[in-house]
Amino acid sequence: MPKTLSKSKARVNPARELVFGDLWEYDPAPETADPKMKKKYDLFINGAFVPAKSGKYFPTINPANETKIADIALADAVDVDAACKVGQKAHTTVWGKMPGRERGKYLYRIARLLQDHAREFAIAETLDGGKPIKESRDFDVPMAAAHFFYHAGWADKLEFLSPGRQLAPHGVVGQVIPWNFPLLMLAWKIAPALAAGNCVVLKPAETTSITALKFGEICQEAGLPNGVVNIVSGAGETGAAVINHPLITKVAFTGSTEVGKLIMRSLAGTEKKMTMELGGKAANIVFDDAPLDQAVEGIVNGIFFNQGHVCCAGSRLLVQESVAEEVLAKLKRRMSVLRVGDPMDKNTDIGAINSREQLIKITELVKSGVAEGAELHQSACKLPARGFFFRPTVFTNVSMSHRIAREEIFGPVLSILTFRTPEEAVEKANNTAYGLSAGVWTDKGSRILKMSTLLKAGVVWANTYNKFDPTSPFGGYKESGFGREGGKQGLLDYLKVC
Amino acid sequence: MSQRLHITKTPKCYVGGAFIRSESGRVTELKDASGQFFANIPQCTRKDLRNAVEAAAKAGPGWAKRSAFNRGQILYRLAEMIEARADEMAAALMLGGFPPAGAAREVTASVERIVHYAGWTDKYEQVLGSVNPVASAHFNFTVTEPMGIVGVIAPDDSPLLALISLVLPAITSGNCVVALASTTQPYPSILLGEMLATSDLPGGVVNLLTGFRSEMIPTFATHEHLRALSGVGNAEERKTLRLGAAESVKRVHLLKAEEPIDWFADQRQGVEEIRALVEFKTTWHPVGA
Amino acid sequence: MPISQTSVSLRRLFDEVGTVDQVGIEERVAKYATRSLKKKSKVFGLRLAVTMVDLTTLEGKDTPGKVASLCQKALVPHDMGDIPSTAAVCVYPSMVRHARKHVGGTQVKIASVATAFPSGQAPLKTRLAEVRAAVSDGADEIDMVINRGAFLSGEFGMMQDEIATVVEACGKATLKVILEVSELETYDNIRAASFLAMRVIRPNDFIKTSTGKTSSNATLGNNQVMLEAIRDHYLATGVPIAMKPAGGIRTAKQALQFLIAVKETLGDGWLNNRRYRFGASALLNDLVRQLEKERTGAYQAPWNFSEATEGY
Repeated sequence: MPKTLSKSKARVNPARELVFGDLWEYDPAPETADPKMKKKYDLFINGAFVPAKSGKYFPTINPANETKIADIALADAVDVDAACKVGQKAHTTVWGKMPGRERGKYLYRIARLLQDHAREFAIAETLDGGKPIKESRDFDVPMAAAHFFYHAGWADKLEFLSPGRQLAPHGVVGQVIPWNFPLLMLAWKIAPALAAGNCVVLKPAETTSITALKFGEICQEAGLPNGVVNIVSGAGETGAAVINHPLITKVAFTGSTEVGKLIMRSLAGTEKKMTMELGGKAANIVFDDAPLDQAVEGIVNGIFFNQGHVCCAGSRLLVQESVAEEVLAKLKRRMSVLRVGDPMDKNTDIGAINSREQLIKITELVKSGVAEGAELHQSACKLPARGFFFRPTVFTNVSMSHRIAREEIFGPVLSILTFRTPEEAVEKANNTAYGLSAGVWTDKGSRILKMSTLLKAGVVWANTYNKFDPTSPFGGYKESGFGREGGKQGLLDYLKVC
Repeated sequence: MSQRLHITKTPKCYVGGAFIRSESGRVTELKDASGQFFANIPQCTRKDLRNAVEAAAKAGPGWAKRSAFNRGQILYRLAEMIEARADEMAAALMLGGFPPAGAAREVTASVERIVHYAGWTDKYEQVLGSVNPVASAHFNFTVTEPMGIVGVIAPDDSPLLALISLVLPAITSGNCVVALASTTQPYPSILLGEMLATSDLPGGVVNLLTGFRSEMIPTFATHEHLRALSGVGNAEERKTLRLGAAESVKRVHLLKAEEPIDWFADQRQGVEEIRALVEFKTTWHPVGA
Repeated sequence: MPISQTSVSLRRLFDEVGTVDQVGIEERVAKYATRSLKKKSKVFGLRLAVTMVDLTTLEGKDTPGKVASLCQKALVPHDMGDIPSTAAVCVYPSMVRHARKHVGGTQVKIASVATAFPSGQAPLKTRLAEVRAAVSDGADEIDMVINRGAFLSGEFGMMQDEIATVVEACGKATLKVILEVSELETYDNIRAASFLAMRVIRPNDFIKTSTGKTSSNATLGNNQVMLEAIRDHYLATGVPIAMKPAGGIRTAKQALQFLIAVKETLGDGWLNNRRYRFGASALLNDLVRQLEKERTGAYQAPWNFSEATEGY
């Protein structure tokens, strides 16, 4: 067969396809270990589980089958006040005075206990939040433990964070976290706060409180002094009570840009320190010289990881025109072997959308994409009859003005745009108010460094995507927030520089 | 010889490398410490701020791309320019009521501060950035980048040292600055502009406006192209700035006007001031063959 | 074959066929290991794997007797449990005629390594003579080695010419082209060499990872690189090429992971022994052992399943 050294035109041949059929089906492989969950969860304040003063509870459901899992105590301002006061007391009497090496040992213990209870936490996370068990088991929980392990070692080395300056903890920090990585976001928040000598009042997201409250059990098991960590469950009002409480001197928030702005407004008249991890609309840029199969894997990982409920999701694929068709063909082929369904099945790649509300939002944005003229491609997979599920979705013929190219969808929906030159790619990538993350795929080293420099984003993944590590600072530019989490840069945000 | 008529100077603001009057045409009478009329100072408006931001936006990318070494040379040159005209600057401070010794001290400290930051340009990255030992097969490093255009709100007192202490850490890392100078003692900022113009600092990197805080602060707060606000304000001003900042998630780094600030203190300079006005960018790349 | 004889840089070849990111592909294949096979799907996979084994002995000490017992095992891997035959036995050329006595006319094919296996360092004429001899002795399949030296020095034309002449020498016999991936070293090289080979062989001829005689053999990573090359070649030309990982696959669990890679990369069309083989010896014992465990419900002791011959 003659060969030529030009890019083979025949590389894409739509006439032939591969058959990903049912010749060899995987049987159901449900995770069956006992998550040791309670029917009712109370607030964790001052080292003990206590009902809300109002006696109110709200239900939490399994988004994969819409059945109730447990009742969660609903904290109001009275409970938050109690939590902040014991946090303050723990800070002044115990935690703030404790030598760093002792604080560190508590964090090491917590890391170890999370590893001991890893499977329980993974299952609880999957049942409550809908993410596939393989992700909670292989990513969320081990990574949460790793964050405690990393920060444990910092507790007696804080003076290296800002050479020549005196550092002091803030006191009690108020933390509000989202539902996409419930335990991991808790770890991102609590581990550095405690390492720096702060006490914590944390509010988990309304739909995913269980692992946070289970974390209270870990604190008890670790013998953590009472009041150092306090968990108050509830909805937006509870969060507002936390951030606005006068004893809270530092607020750390992860969530939508909309709510982030709301918090910034409500704290404008105060001197509270803030870090904000907000939304994103990341561009994942594929050049024609990229290793395409790995790029496709990165695209899949970028947008379908955790059902796309990821603030740094690679939701805008920018692909160089000359390989656009080939990348789309490869992507569709890869999508056809993604398994959507029961999050508890070990072979499930894409689980349930976290809530009905989020499903409605995703559905609405996808409709807008169709209405605005983009071309819709969806996996043909069968979805479960009950529960909140959404097909992996890709849009082509997307232009920068479409809502699906501008708004954060927070679901398994990818918009594909094309570009011709690096400059055009950068221009499109930066044409957004967000600036959390970006991806670059190319075989050319100098181009990677140039692109990384030009992209206005806090994290740039080159020839990879959606990678996280406790040592690696994470956070955004522009309206994706400020401050960092992870690494020495993130830890310093939990200290006052005197 | 007949007595020569003295040539008075018309104070102008330094914006985009040029000297401008306020587009509004408004001026404020500036009196010297003895109450004598000294000059008409431009009373800048929100449109002047807008124009200054445009000028900064033009200069920004080029300034950020300069090598760290080059930025250091340029800042050091700025110190040379001021040192050479220290007496003139001291006189400008005395005009606003500084005693001679105080004026000289303010000028000297300002020059020292510039030299301090000139030395930081090629070092702060090595202190603030990092290579991060991630557990996976990736090379991972964090570098800083300038935020972009920084709005500086200088306090009324310390009209030179405070202004310099706020502007320098911003431009050290490649940011551009639009600054509102002291309202009560604006003249040193006018003179500073003239010295900037004769330094090697590219036009537009530092833009100095004079005017009333109450008129300017709301626009500083809400102008979305300003990516950070740094300076001094009273409780109400801080609230205004933070409320406006919320609308575009702007970074805010403010000191309280109601508490005394020792601008001569070591804490008022250094790498933490630079850190407050940079972004951290982390890049991952696989390590493979 | 109109092939240029001038040497071409590897880089130009990579530009043409595309490159592979090492870390990325290893992350991809790590996901195969997280697939969980239960009950029927596990039994299906294990049985499928048995039918794909090229049961191999490639030892200096091989004798007709050894080959006879190998053939018996290939035909009836176990006396209980209705376990299917393997795809083939794989032996040195001198043993082909002995193998023929036992499996000739059965569904178990006779494969023979030829072309101065494993180094390939013999004159082309000698290598071709070896191929012809093996075929005339009754080999249904020939496993050849590529000229790695030619590949690495950019003599792609020479490498392809040699394969093409072996294709001719094979006649009706199926050809398996061994890339010897450990000597190619990088995934980029493995992908590029796969394409060069695929362009001169026939539909359902094989590309194969290894001889089993070097330090590293088949891995999920290089298996994946070759599966993706086969996929891209098929989609571009319509020519289906078959795949044979060889060496180092000793456990049933490993074999299932390789098959999951096939299922998710090439799909149902390659889940048969016409398109996919395992070059292995010890593997068959473990496959049978695990099938017996599934059949009886009890974990099995190894001594009921004859111990493996070494080598690949």
